[in-house]
Amino acid sequence: MSEQFTVEIISPNEQTLKTEAREVSLPAFEGEVGILKNHIPLITFLRPGLIKIFNETDQIYFVEDGTVEFANNNLLILTSTAKLMSSIDKKSLEDLINEAEDKINDSEISDKERYLLSYKIDTLKNINL
Amino acid sequence: MPSLDDLKKRIKSVKSTQKITKAMKMVAAAKLRKAQENAEKGRPYSQKMQNIISNLTRSINDPENAPKLLVGTGKDETYLCVVLTADRGLCGGFNSNICKLAKNNFKSLLEKGKKLKIIAVGSKGVDQIKREFGKYIIKKFSFKEKKQITFLEAEIIGKEIMHLFQNNEFDKCILFYNNFKNVITQIPQAQQIIPVKNDSLKTQKEDVLSYEFEPEEDEILEDLLPKNISTQVFKAFLENAASEQGSRMTAMDNATRNAGELVDKLTINYNRSRQASITKELIEIISGAESL
Repeated sequence: MSEQFTVEIISPNEQTLKTEAREVSLPAFEGEVGILKNHIPLITFLRPGLIKIFNETDQIYFVEDGTVEFANNNLLILTSTAKLMSSIDKKSLEDLINEAEDKINDSEISDKERYLLSYKIDTLKNINL
Repeated sequence: MPSLDDLKKRIKSVKSTQKITKAMKMVAAAKLRKAQENAEKGRPYSQKMQNIISNLTRSINDPENAPKLLVGTGKDETYLCVVLTADRGLCGGFNSNICKLAKNNFKSLLEKGKKLKIIAVGSKGVDQIKREFGKYIIKKFSFKEKKQITFLEAEIIGKEIMHLFQNNEFDKCILFYNNFKNVITQIPQAQQIIPVKNDSLKTQKEDVLSYEFEPEEDEILEDLLPKNISTQVFKAFLENAASEQGSRMTAMDNATRNAGELVDKLTINYNRSRQASITKELIEIISGAESL
């Protein structure tokens, strides 16, 4: 058999994606995680970043938060914010950056939120369209 | 015996009612398709969420320190009941079915001497509940002006529930809504969301996987459980929306059919009395002619 496993991205409104992949890299809460077939069962959070799904054609999604479960060669990503990279244009990207920067300058937010927002800004700024 | 004119008027009014119910049925049918799609699309998310949580629960080896949302406060006194109903009527037994189930539950809770708090979502439910249990309602929500209910609305309610829980306002939380089975069948449901019910805990013991957690289990749980509440509320919303349209469609279909039957009956009546009046006039003329 091939070295592939199943990836599912599910949002509250619909199933965004179900496909096979060779490798997936995720922005987990405490750092980037790469997942190959037969990875041990894992449950973790996402921080803002890019999910990269490697197969014949690569797919990249931008996520803000979510929960990930990997078990029995089935990678399950529950998130309400997954956006396919190719569907984001320059205008909406700038909007997202501005919004995040406004929020991070707000002194009311907690350290955790600040941590998440800084990642969001970094990720967004590194996107070249 | 109503006069010919009266009958004519009645036939006309029944016919126009029939037109209205027919139109409502068609609108409901169109909305139903979308609502049903949404409900079906939303199911995997809440199911998987439950799965993850039950997996997490199994690997917790220290139940004493587990989050209260999961295992409960240890008390069994105050119940928070969240009743989800529609904002519009004319949908058959939809609203009353939920309310009936809820009221039965309220009664048995009160009989057991428990304290009761109610959050009513949807204006129709408020109307039905407040007569008997008005003093227990602590909060009302209505999303009448919203065209479609999104996750945001569910989050508002989820946060409210969380807020109350953190203030130790209740020990157990039950959600009342209609589960959409198919167009004709909607089953009113009472689902306990706090503490999380875990029936699968014992039955599926054999396929326990040892998960790797990042960060620690309890940290994940603490973040996931509040999210799960919103998710469950959202699921209930979606099921409810589909049920409402399904229920309205069948109700309006019945109404249209009944109106049709009524029109037929009235028309026969009308024709009969018209014939009777003609016959009567003829007899009068003939008997008048005979007497000459």
